[in-house]
Amino acid sequence: MTPTAVAESPKGTEQTALITGSEAIAVACKLADVDVITGYPIRPYDTVIQYIAQLISNGEMDCEYIVAEGEHSQFEVVKHASTVGARVFCGSSGVGWMYAFECLTVTPALRVPMVVMVGNRALDDPGAFGVEHNDALAVRDLGWQLVWVDSAQEALDTALIAYRVAEDRRIFLPCAISCDGAFLTHSQALVKIPAQEKVNAFLPRYDRGDLLLHPDNPITVAPQANEDWLMEIRRQTAAAMDRSMGVIREAYKDYERIIGRGYGNPFFEEYMTDDADVVLVGMGTLSTPCKVAIRKMRQEGKKVGLVRVRWFRPFAAEELAQCLSRFKAVGVIDRDFSLGSPYSSGVLATEVRAALYASAKRPPLVGFICGLGGREVLVPDVEKITGIVYDAAAGKPQPLTHWIGVRE
Amino acid sequence: MGRLFAVEIVYRGIFQKTLAKHISRAIVLAAHREGKPGISFGRYGDSPERNGIPAKAFAIVATDDITLEEGMAKYEPKEVDVSINLDDTMCKGVESWAWYGLQPINKLVKPNGTLIVTSREEPEKLIDMCHRKETPYKLAIVKGIPSFSGLWVFKDDHTDVRVLGAIARVLPELFSIESLKQMILDDGENPLKATSAQRSYDRLQTVTVKPNQGNPEKPYEFELLKWTEMRDGISIPSIAQGHTMTDPVTGKTGGFQPERNATFKKFSTRTMRPVVNFDTCIKCTLCWLQCPDSCFDVTPEGLYDANMASCCGCGVCEAVCPVPNCVTMVNEIGFSDNDSQWEMWRKDKEGYGTWLKDKIESHPVRSHGFRYRGQYEEQVPEALAAAEGD
Ligand code: SF4
Ligand code: SF4
Repeated sequence: MTPTAVAESPKGTEQTALITGSEAIAVACKLADVDVITGYPIRPYDTVIQYIAQLISNGEMDCEYIVAEGEHSQFEVVKHASTVGARVFCGSSGVGWMYAFECLTVTPALRVPMVVMVGNRALDDPGAFGVEHNDALAVRDLGWQLVWVDSAQEALDTALIAYRVAEDRRIFLPCAISCDGAFLTHSQALVKIPAQEKVNAFLPRYDRGDLLLHPDNPITVAPQANEDWLMEIRRQTAAAMDRSMGVIREAYKDYERIIGRGYGNPFFEEYMTDDADVVLVGMGTLSTPCKVAIRKMRQEGKKVGLVRVRWFRPFAAEELAQCLSRFKAVGVIDRDFSLGSPYSSGVLATEVRAALYASAKRPPLVGFICGLGGREVLVPDVEKITGIVYDAAAGKPQPLTHWIGVRE
Repeated sequence: MGRLFAVEIVYRGIFQKTLAKHISRAIVLAAHREGKPGISFGRYGDSPERNGIPAKAFAIVATDDITLEEGMAKYEPKEVDVSINLDDTMCKGVESWAWYGLQPINKLVKPNGTLIVTSREEPEKLIDMCHRKETPYKLAIVKGIPSFSGLWVFKDDHTDVRVLGAIARVLPELFSIESLKQMILDDGENPLKATSAQRSYDRLQTVTVKPNQGNPEKPYEFELLKWTEMRDGISIPSIAQGHTMTDPVTGKTGGFQPERNATFKKFSTRTMRPVVNFDTCIKCTLCWLQCPDSCFDVTPEGLYDANMASCCGCGVCEAVCPVPNCVTMVNEIGFSDNDSQWEMWRKDKEGYGTWLKDKIESHPVRSHGFRYRGQYEEQVPEALAAAEGD
């Protein structure tokens, strides 16, 4: 651990360290004994490879650590390493992630259980490096499992769970853990680090089985696939994604049983929703200002709650619809945009709206685009949003999408 | 509903691409002169083309727009009135790029439809090469040397208009010879081409092929797997490594024969094949090293036998062999099997020598390759004369 680590505990038990969200994922990589890691620097994801490099040079971690000449190669290298049976880690941010896109597209169909961190970043309108979720969301249709976390602790725990889920033979799909640039990647918090023995008990070794590329198992991977095969390949990938929800649930249960930390419903966190009239829905670190604003508003007598979506893929549509149909109105806060989409909403709002469509009870839903390019989402923003959601609950006609915190 | 016409043009990729496109466009334009709408397209799966690999173009014409739309609802027609084979060696069947197994050349021809082949061979020989069909069809031969050129150069040896003239003869409802000639003249083409079209129309030989005639072999068939039956991860079992070879005379084993893809053969992708003079081979390994498709089996005595299950007919082995006339590319029309030349040689060296000489001398026409500027201009009179001579 870094010199800043505090509260030394006896070996074999949990330790506590003051680390960032990125560092927490690096620690997860160490605990998972990852075999091959590739890096190429781009802010804010680069914080994770810096820390991994440090762990390696300190002799705390042993793996193949390859610095590629760009993100495309970076992802290709781990993709291939995974097919020969290596547990791999990779990651990127913003346009770096987009530069790897060709590789990202074929990774799910090849059934490569790559675990990556996306340090969420704006798509580089000259030099912008603040958080936006459009980078990770770009792969949402392709068979990537996508999860958003809101604390360094959750980043560490989710990374270990991600390996367990991705490398499950029923799944073999890649998983991207999204960490908001700055708010998570660059802020240190006290994180409980599970004991290695416990992690070993939770996370079996990666066994590629019949798909292992090895002289003893002569197979050809990725031969030419034309229209006679592609639809069946997509259908197989879809079936794996459909199985993912069940495997995620199992993994969280085992994590709680073995490691001792539980997250309740893996797919979304509910905060003060029991008696809520209206709820806000969002992903990532905007949960902090939301929770603070909710507590403030509750003192003023407003019964507001928060539903923080963790797993965006697979999307727990039925469960979420069931949850949200209880409320008088729903406000979805997007740290992303989807220009020209239905009602010019953000991506999450569009998905939640679609999830609710099959529900017998559909509360009014208003979308909010907020906090783009790293702009802070502040308590007054959340209060303003809540006011609009209350108006919607009261049946007051209004636009279905609002931009919050933009100068006008 | 009106009447729908479908014509397919089977051609050798790259070498005949421009020719096939000319024909398929001209079919639509000639029919259009008679008020019929139509479309012309190349099969998407063939693109981008590979040298010599069988490819297809289609022309769909109808008596009215609604009927045309009916015909276009299926991208590739299931059956055609006329199938045109621009290289007679494809009568053995066609395996297109990324395709599976061998498709009979006459597969899409409707009952009593016509297969038009450009060839210098007699009908009997071509019928024997074509797979048997359950229903009768007609075989029409446009006499001449199959026309090959490059991607960017077109050999204007009148094959296009001669094929079109043949179509006017076998399917006058599609377009008449008059419409065709008028179109050629209006397009400002050499008026001689209209004459060529007329001559081909006049002289076309047509024979009826009965269901019991032709190659009785069943072409390779297989079922496409369901998604639940397929391996996942876009993976397939690899082809096993290979094994030693056995001398057919002495029983001696040695050398190495790689295992080959059981599904994807290249019997029909080549227009030429190498024949090897094992008596002059100096075992230099160059053919074995340079062959792009790893065709060469290494025999127990260290000779190199080009395996016809894999050969695409590129001619590289001939080009790299340092011994004069040791490897010679011969037109594929001269062969009716894919047997090992080395085994034949081992069993009867003298007989093999005679066979080799005959193959080289009686089939001297090289089917493809653009070697120098002006080559086609030189070849055109010869091609025309060959056509006129019949
Ligand atoms: S022509 Fe010769 S080099 Fe080319 S594929 Fe055939 S055997 Fe190989
Ligand atoms: S290149 Fe010619 S001489 Fe050399 S091994 Fe092949 S056939 Fe023999």
